[in-house]
Amino acid sequence: MMANIIGGYFTSHVPGIGGAIMRGDQDTPYWKPFFAGFPPIREWLAQARPDVAVVFSNDHGLNFFLDKMPTFAVGAAPSYDNADEGWGLPVYKSFEGHPALSWHLIDSLVRDEFDITTCQQMLVDHAVSIPFELAYPGVESWPLKLIPIAINTVQYPLPSPKRCLALGRAVHRALQSWGGDERVLICGTGGLSHQLDGPRAGFMNPDYDMFCLDNLAANPDALTGHTAEEVAELAGTQGVEILNWIAARGAMGDLAMTEVSRNYHIPISNTAAASLLLEPA
Amino acid sequence: MEHHPDPTAREQALRRTIPLFDGASATRGYELNAMCFSFNDKANRDAFLADEDAYCAKFHLTPEQRKAVADRDVLAMLDAGGNVYYLAKLAGIFGLGVQDLGALQTGMTVDAFKAMLVEWADRIPTKECA
Repeated sequence: MMANIIGGYFTSHVPGIGGAIMRGDQDTPYWKPFFAGFPPIREWLAQARPDVAVVFSNDHGLNFFLDKMPTFAVGAAPSYDNADEGWGLPVYKSFEGHPALSWHLIDSLVRDEFDITTCQQMLVDHAVSIPFELAYPGVESWPLKLIPIAINTVQYPLPSPKRCLALGRAVHRALQSWGGDERVLICGTGGLSHQLDGPRAGFMNPDYDMFCLDNLAANPDALTGHTAEEVAELAGTQGVEILNWIAARGAMGDLAMTEVSRNYHIPISNTAAASLLLEPA
Repeated sequence: MEHHPDPTAREQALRRTIPLFDGASATRGYELNAMCFSFNDKANRDAFLADEDAYCAKFHLTPEQRKAVADRDVLAMLDAGGNVYYLAKLAGIFGLGVQDLGALQTGMTVDAFKAMLVEWADRIPTKECA
């Protein structure tokens, strides 16, 4: 028996999406082209019924400060709360954790020479909450458990795209050796291209985004030809959140993938936004 | 373009030119970022609004950081080592979003900045294959 990886769900996680949901703006001309990406994902999830989500994302200064900044951090908590991030978003529902599977991943990763940080307490910010608000709108409680994996995309040196893909593949090996029969959804959140800070604020790169979207399923190694700094140059400084997508793709394993749905839209807030759903072919 | 046979030199050059938030920025900006991190708590946001000088003093902002905050000068805050993920929490106190920040940093009006964002859609490559 081993955990059953049923698919990979990738989406942008811009805080503005939370504002749009709060205001009920999903069908306005500005927001509709973005939210239009989600009905196929919701239908697929309703059929696929994942039990656990392994979510690769980056903290934006809610859980981690610069006093201690782990490159890779794996949650091992019984539950994960969201909290006030300071800009008026609602506080989102808590997630139930899966400590036994978390510790199995941690054991396997460290044996695999990924010297990760472990977190028995961990707040999750909009980068985790908003993707599930999009996937399961209006539910009273989340229908799946969470294992969050945080990647440092804030303070250089960042892990390279190559290292993030390798981390994901190590997570895949760990899931394959798990004794349970949970249905596991892999998630990567953030991006795509955007730049918030400095004179280049507002920069996007649709060509690079398309390169990522076109290669993620069939040839994820193509995304590892750049350093993190080069990704920042190509995708914008905050566009390096593609690292979360790369790691998540690695965690799906090296089988061929079918693209169930894809949506790409410019702009939401300052960001080129995308959603993507892959399942093993 | 500069050629860097040494990959480390190329990384360092990109960190300077983009610029990226690295160890030097993190060191320079620690106090300012620590103050902004505290704004996750509403009580701290209220304390800042009630007495900005006292609140900044509590976090030992450098003179450069204190001036940048007083001037509401985002580029100066970045120069002083501020990281945008933390600065966004300071901006939140004033009800400013990332498009307001973008306008402040580029010298555009907010409307012009928003229009510039929309124009990026024209650069989405169209697929020619069926």
